[in-house]
Amino acid sequence: MYQTESSWGSYMPPRNVGDPLERIERLASENAVVIFSISTCCMCHAIKRLFCGMGVHPTVHELDEDPRGKEMEKALMRLLGSSSAVPVVFIGGKLVGAMDRVMASHINGTLVPLLKEAGALWL
Amino acid sequence: MQSFKHLPPPEMYCHSSFFLRGEDGSRNQARFRYLGELDQTASAFHPDDAIDLSPNSMFSLKSGNVAVLSNNFNYDPALNTSIGSAEIATTGTGCLDTGQYMHPKGTTIVSSLGNGHSIENWGHSGMADNGQQTDTSTDVDTDDRNQLHGVQHGPVVVVDSRPKTGDQKTLRRLAQNREAARKSRLRKKAYVQQLETSRLRLAQLEQELQRAQQQGVFVATGFSGDHGSGNGVVVFDMEYAHWLEEHQRLISDLRAAVSSHMGDNELHLHVDGVMAHYDEIFRLKSIGTKADVFHMLSGMWKTPAERCFMWLGGFRSSELLKILGNHLEPLTDQQIMGICNLQQSSQQAEDALSQGMEALQQSLVDTLSSTSLGFAGSGNVADYMGQMAIAMGKLATLENFLHQADLLRQQTLQQMRRILTTRQAARALLVFGDYASRLRALSSLWLARPRD
Repeated sequence: MYQTESSWGSYMPPRNVGDPLERIERLASENAVVIFSISTCCMCHAIKRLFCGMGVHPTVHELDEDPRGKEMEKALMRLLGSSSAVPVVFIGGKLVGAMDRVMASHINGTLVPLLKEAGALWL
Repeated sequence: MQSFKHLPPPEMYCHSSFFLRGEDGSRNQARFRYLGELDQTASAFHPDDAIDLSPNSMFSLKSGNVAVLSNNFNYDPALNTSIGSAEIATTGTGCLDTGQYMHPKGTTIVSSLGNGHSIENWGHSGMADNGQQTDTSTDVDTDDRNQLHGVQHGPVVVVDSRPKTGDQKTLRRLAQNREAARKSRLRKKAYVQQLETSRLRLAQLEQELQRAQQQGVFVATGFSGDHGSGNGVVVFDMEYAHWLEEHQRLISDLRAAVSSHMGDNELHLHVDGVMAHYDEIFRLKSIGTKADVFHMLSGMWKTPAERCFMWLGGFRSSELLKILGNHLEPLTDQQIMGICNLQQSSQQAEDALSQGMEALQQSLVDTLSSTSLGFAGSGNVADYMGQMAIAMGKLATLENFLHQADLLRQQTLQQMRRILTTRQAARALLVFGDYASRLRALSSLWLARPRD
């Protein structure tokens, strides 16, 4: 049903079959900084601004604009053990967490080294 | 006093209902004496034989009178049969004063408290005399004087004289006694009724209050001028006031510790204490935010000047670090870098959250100003409700923003603590404490300024 070729920018062509969590992990490993978001979510907006303010350009996947977004949302909720799926940040393919974790790691000085390691930041 | 086995302490007799008008304590002594003699000499009297006139029995006396009565009754066992429970029951609640226990043999008897004479009289009045005669055996006869004497000591229970010895004075006393007991019962009844209605009223009020809180009605407590969820607001304001007191105490202790040049080991404890106390306010704010996010955001729990410089329900971490400025010298290079980085990252985090808040406000405006505004109601109710639901969802994220802001503040303080030495941290905390208290003082001065 879906084309293998797609002009959806940062989106990979969706597959009919596949574990949503697998898809999330795959998407997360494709770029240095990956944010799963919902276009109307204000906290997601805040986290995007945070990275931009640091000079990082994250890859953003808006789940409400993805046909398989709903199931990915559910998978993320399970992954985080939280009632809100977004925003979620992956750096260098590894899960960092939601806004509180990202902010905490920025304050305690571990976020910048992580970004540098993933190649998202240069001195 | 002799040792009485079943005699209650004398003070129990002091209950007013025990006394006929005009009695005093001294006569109680006399009464006891009689009973004592009764006890000692009445070999046939066994406590077990006494009628059980405790509250558990048919005799439903509620006041303290009962215990006294039951302890004191050294009834002739034979009386047990004659004063049947039925008769006792007919007196109803209250004291044993109304009248007239009909003795099977036709004579009226009374259950008199400590009225040894009466008992003796009964014993003599045709019932089996189990030898409870005492020294005052002269009372055995139906002497008027003795009757009278007995009556005077018999407080609660009215001694109804036998018709034969009807004496005006006695009758009057009896009547008065009855009357007093009756009034006492009525008063008690009225009091209990009052208690019952009060209890009901209280339950009603509690229910109303609960309902009102759930509906978010402002409960006038004088603490908050805002329409909040009543209880949550009051609770937070109160807890904040306590926290502030404790905070000021801890700061002055810390100040004393610093100026006393004590060792780091001890100073470290004071510093940790202040830090832990900061954790406490964040915990309280978290609870307060869940209770009423608008109250927390409003900063009505802060003084006016503090409120003016407030950011997302509290202080600005980046600002606090700027205030530290030169107060911490000398710092190592590494420390300088650490503080600079901390200042920068907290600034960035604050900006991010601020922009998120702006986005929230904008989206709320968009939701509330959707196309159906300005048009007559027809068919737009569903739209309206839908938009309201969306708006409600957006408002809920306010709590999350406030929560993140507090987390940011807490983490900034903790990171600062990590970078600095104990002594430097102590000074930093003193700087913050003093700054905040100056702001509060400024508020007071401003509010109290003379106006013309």
